[in-house]
Amino acid sequence: MMDLSITTRDLNLWYAKFQALRQVSVEIKHGLITSLIGPSGCGKTTLLRCFNRVNERYGYVTTTGEIRILGKNIYDPDVSLVELRKSVGMVFQRPNPLPLSVYENVVFGLRIHGERHELERARLDEAVEKALSEVGLWDDLKDRLDTKASTLQLEQQQKLCIARLLPLKPEVILLDEPCSALDVDGTRAIEELLFSLKGRYTMLIVTHNMAQARRASDECLYMLLGEIVEHRRTEDLFLHPQDPRTAEYIEGRYG
Amino acid sequence: MAEPSHPGGRRPGWQALDRGQRARPWEWVAEQAIRVVSVTAIVLVFLIFVFVMREALPVLLGRVNSAAAQERRALPVEQMDRLDPEELRQYLELSRKEFAEMDRDTLRLLMEVKLEAAEEVPEDKDAPLNTAAWRYLLGPHQWTGYDRPAYIWQPVSSIHKYNIVPLIVGSLKTSVVALLFAVPLALAAALYVSQLAPPRLKEWVKPGIELLAGIPSVVLGFFGLVVLATFLQQVCGYASRLNAFVAGIALGLACIPVIFSIAEDALTSVPRSFSEAALALGSSRWQAAWQVVLPAAVPGVFAAIVLGFGRAVGETMVVLMASGNASLLTWSVFDSTRTMTATIAAELAETVFGGHHYRILFLLGALLFAVTFLSNLLGELVIQRLKRRLEGGR
Repeated sequence: MMDLSITTRDLNLWYAKFQALRQVSVEIKHGLITSLIGPSGCGKTTLLRCFNRVNERYGYVTTTGEIRILGKNIYDPDVSLVELRKSVGMVFQRPNPLPLSVYENVVFGLRIHGERHELERARLDEAVEKALSEVGLWDDLKDRLDTKASTLQLEQQQKLCIARLLPLKPEVILLDEPCSALDVDGTRAIEELLFSLKGRYTMLIVTHNMAQARRASDECLYMLLGEIVEHRRTEDLFLHPQDPRTAEYIEGRYG
Repeated sequence: MAEPSHPGGRRPGWQALDRGQRARPWEWVAEQAIRVVSVTAIVLVFLIFVFVMREALPVLLGRVNSAAAQERRALPVEQMDRLDPEELRQYLELSRKEFAEMDRDTLRLLMEVKLEAAEEVPEDKDAPLNTAAWRYLLGPHQWTGYDRPAYIWQPVSSIHKYNIVPLIVGSLKTSVVALLFAVPLALAAALYVSQLAPPRLKEWVKPGIELLAGIPSVVLGFFGLVVLATFLQQVCGYASRLNAFVAGIALGLACIPVIFSIAEDALTSVPRSFSEAALALGSSRWQAAWQVVLPAAVPGVFAAIVLGFGRAVGETMVVLMASGNASLLTWSVFDSTRTMTATIAAELAETVFGGHHYRILFLLGALLFAVTFLSNLLGELVIQRLKRRLEGGR
């Protein structure tokens, strides 16, 4: 039995009157890459955004049910959003580096969370080197740490967006279609990066690309109309779908 | 040679393909009309500029003489008949048309006026000075009765003193007070409304503040004159009730909507992905707004301040009513002060058309035009840069 990283129970979510998630109960295993697939509007991004509570930016969202991360229900009133988002990082569809230098992007998290004594230059330098090495950008960028992050190639920007999560030592990394703005090589590079991070972080990836889900994930969740239809090992889900709706979708007859 | 046959015997002209613009005549007419109107607007603005500059040009070129005692001596009235008509016309400084329309008695009266004016020339060492020359417009001069050189604006005294420095300083004083008051308030409001306020509140607050822009400046001036002046004097306890400080605060009320509206647009147009990224990294909304969104919007915010400055310098009614209008050259904001705009508004109607006072007021106008034009241009350039940076950078 593997450790569980995230468990949800009876999660419902409404955007005003529209119910986007219905009775979602899933268990996400620690250290694996889990992909969320399903047709547009099925609620996969919404579910992803529940895990670090960014949905709540919009005032008209109501959520019921429970999500446990590291054993703590993140919808409890005593949860600190700041600490939650520190341990649940997020990568967006379009690379969104902050309008700062590469260096400042990586240490941004440390700067906003860190105590003053942690912000010595040497510590920050070390964190930058470590994070950029982990995502394979260090060799390319070590001489250009002062360039604006927005001038990098898209693939590098997206890697940087992953790198800036790492100094905060997150438990979970949420990726919302992280490759949809990238070309084939960029996509492969990001996928390889995800493989190399496997085991240390729990990764959840939303994708429209079924081939990617198949290549890059250990487990796969198929969603439809706000419900979880099937959640199994990726191979099993693609080779022997148990629900006819899943079969229709992966064979391309639906969606 | 026979025409190539088309299906159904149709020619290329069958759907007006060959009619060019005439195929849609009304659109063509509308287009031309709009073009004429827009060109007219541009030409009008340009003509206003030309007019202001034309009236001010003689001063700029040093061709205006405002000496109280002109060099030419006055002639006794009896000599009128001895001058030939052309000499008489030049002596009385009339145009040919005016001269032709006047009868003998009028001319005689004018001769008397001229003589009286010559007799009234003050016995003053400064009387022969051309006070509209640059060194008197900008530099200090020790006028008769003063114990040291001073910058004096006294256009209707017997010696016309036209030093514009007190007016420029007055304008700067009120504008700086206005900006010091308006910028923090307007920026804080913009940051709050664009980044922190719940959407429903934003829907009310933003139009509310922008509605302030619709308050006529005479109302703001009245408010400054009657309410603010008394209140601020009770609080701060300074001597003169109407002063640069009161005018500046009232002026600030006029600037707030300008600065707020542009700064709010700049902050809102910072891509949401920036604040989203910061929030997802665990920053509070305040940190995201302050450390990410505000720095990204700095050019737009700067432009807002520059345009606010343009408004403050150019605003007339508020300062005319609330500043006290004494042309003192001091650095204290609690002294009564007189701005360039208020001077023009108060004095232009009483000047001699085409005279030196009139021309110097137009010089002030040209100066104002230049200042507001330059600050607007600067603001506009900075906004363009911001746009390019945000659109091209990604």
